[in-house]
Amino acid sequence: MSLYGTDLLALLPELIIVSTACLVIALDPITPASRRDLLAWLSVGALALCLGLTGLQISGENVRVSAFSDLVAIDAYARFWKVLLYGVTGITIVLSLPYLKAERIHLGEYYGFILLALSGMLVMVSAVDLLTIYLGTELMSISLYVMAGLNRSKPRSLEASAKYFVLGAFSSGILLYGISLLYGLAGSTKLALIAGAIGTRGTDDPLVLIATILIAVGFGFKLAAVPFHMWTPDVYEGAPTSVTAFMAVAAKAASFAAFIRVFVEGLGGLKADWSIMFLLISIVTLLLGNVVAIVQTNIKRMLAYSSIVHAGYALIGFVAAGRGDSLSGGAPGLASVMMYLAIYSFMTLGAFAVIGMLRKGGVEGEEIEDFTGLAKRQPVAAFFMLIFMASLAGIPPTAGFIAKFYVFMAAVDAGMAWLAALALIFAAVSAYYYMRVVMVMYMRDPNPSSIAPPRLATSPALSFVLACAVAGVILFGLFPNPLVSFALQSVLTLK
Amino acid sequence: MEQVFFFYFAVVIAATSVLVVALRNPIYSTLALLIMFFHVAGLYVTLHAEFLAAVQIIVYAGAILVLYLFVVMLLNLKQDVRYHRQWPMAAAVGVILVIEAVVLTAMKGWTTPAVAAGTETAIAGAGNTEAIGDVLYTTYLFPFEVASVILLVAMIGAIILAKKDIGEREA
Repeated sequence: MSLYGTDLLALLPELIIVSTACLVIALDPITPASRRDLLAWLSVGALALCLGLTGLQISGENVRVSAFSDLVAIDAYARFWKVLLYGVTGITIVLSLPYLKAERIHLGEYYGFILLALSGMLVMVSAVDLLTIYLGTELMSISLYVMAGLNRSKPRSLEASAKYFVLGAFSSGILLYGISLLYGLAGSTKLALIAGAIGTRGTDDPLVLIATILIAVGFGFKLAAVPFHMWTPDVYEGAPTSVTAFMAVAAKAASFAAFIRVFVEGLGGLKADWSIMFLLISIVTLLLGNVVAIVQTNIKRMLAYSSIVHAGYALIGFVAAGRGDSLSGGAPGLASVMMYLAIYSFMTLGAFAVIGMLRKGGVEGEEIEDFTGLAKRQPVAAFFMLIFMASLAGIPPTAGFIAKFYVFMAAVDAGMAWLAALALIFAAVSAYYYMRVVMVMYMRDPNPSSIAPPRLATSPALSFVLACAVAGVILFGLFPNPLVSFALQSVLTLK
Repeated sequence: MEQVFFFYFAVVIAATSVLVVALRNPIYSTLALLIMFFHVAGLYVTLHAEFLAAVQIIVYAGAILVLYLFVVMLLNLKQDVRYHRQWPMAAAVGVILVIEAVVLTAMKGWTTPAVAAGTETAIAGAGNTEAIGDVLYTTYLFPFEVASVILLVAMIGAIILAKKDIGEREA
């Protein structure tokens, strides 16, 4: 085999992202501190360029172009996630700018690391080979470990980084063990060949089952599903808020993308087995996440449990897809998961953006109490938070409602109306802790005796992005059809 | 004969792995790890993966373990604060999982693993090192390059987290 230009061309967006990351890191020492904003805008420019390139790469809806000896696939499924990831990363960079300055950790390397983490995620969403998926996961995770510890003067940030690193390494080990068993079974790490080997061996082989369980556990850590969620609250609380937002949204979306591809394309023959496993995981996730979220007083911890809960909802759609008669019958279920994550991304990013903006004196206001009377002091920010909280709770006419609606519909169509009903009860429980934030903001008067009244660290770009996010959350709530059809088309290229 | 070697290596690997976490003195733990690395290398030799065996000894036993020893000696760990109260529960869960694995195996029976197409001919024709180099720079070029980016990230990340002044106060 020789290296063809088409292979490189297929991976042009990834190459641009990695090159920009290196350029940003190299330019950082020669950029004066006052002009570091330029590095952020350079990164956003690269993202916009890649967004255009990725859009151009797909010629037809059902076409899959393979590159680098069939290790990477350029298809509509990967495009859906890539478009989402570019958008999420761009928003994260914009919301990081004022936050990092206020926290006095405005480093050029930060943007380099965001782009490097993104390149790992891009590899994850387009790889069709377990080894490549694993390496993409590691590239993403190692960048995130560093970013979590970026606020080095705070012990909490370093603790978050160390905890994330140790547990992440542990989960990678388990994932890798599962991958090695599948390799021993199939003689290849390519998903298509693994699916073929499972087909000829039958699904009763204990080796196959153990490998499936190990891979599910490895991905369970990345998705932060109960009982593999222990790291989430501590890491989300300790990491700088902009990094938390990026982890909660982009890392979760990329993990779901790789997770779906591995289990549908590689382990699709075992769906009767894994759908039961993930059914249990999703129920436990919804139960534990919702109950523990109620007692949180720190809003970052509360949103950490919220992100655990949302992984549980998304898994319902995945279970529904696994219960369908054929995998094409599972397409609505998979599409509902993709749509759920897209909507979840924007509302969670919005909520974290408001938290990152809120300052109490010199420090970040991240206790729910710090939001007391925000509606009187900062009516616009409070209104934005209200929309994001309502959407996270799934109240119509926000996009969060549409996301839940399609996931629950998929469950009902797969003959699991009881699961949809159960999830609906949990959604009602979750409204309590989301609405508590709204109640604190609107129903209570600002505390006049507080020495440091809350103020906002913001920028015109951030205000614009937040306004767009709010508009998006409401527009997708009212007109969900474009997103639905985009997700449905994208899922068709999964084999 | 091959089976004798396999069981020797397997038993020593399992035993020393347990010792790594069970020994109270961190230095002893590290040395148990060293013995384990050598036996893993032995296992690779029985599989005719001589190149991997050599890399295992050079990289793990030679470089990584020395680094571990340095860290362990620098940190001057206290010996008694190592176990928490979770261990009875962890042991119980572990025993249950082992029983489950044994039952599963006994019920279904293991199947023979597959060997990747062309592996044996490639090794017989070109030799171990050359065969690995060949696939690494052709078929697996892409993962190889991703791994190189991972190393870059790890290097810059270590510098950022450890360097004294990274210009954070100027901004």
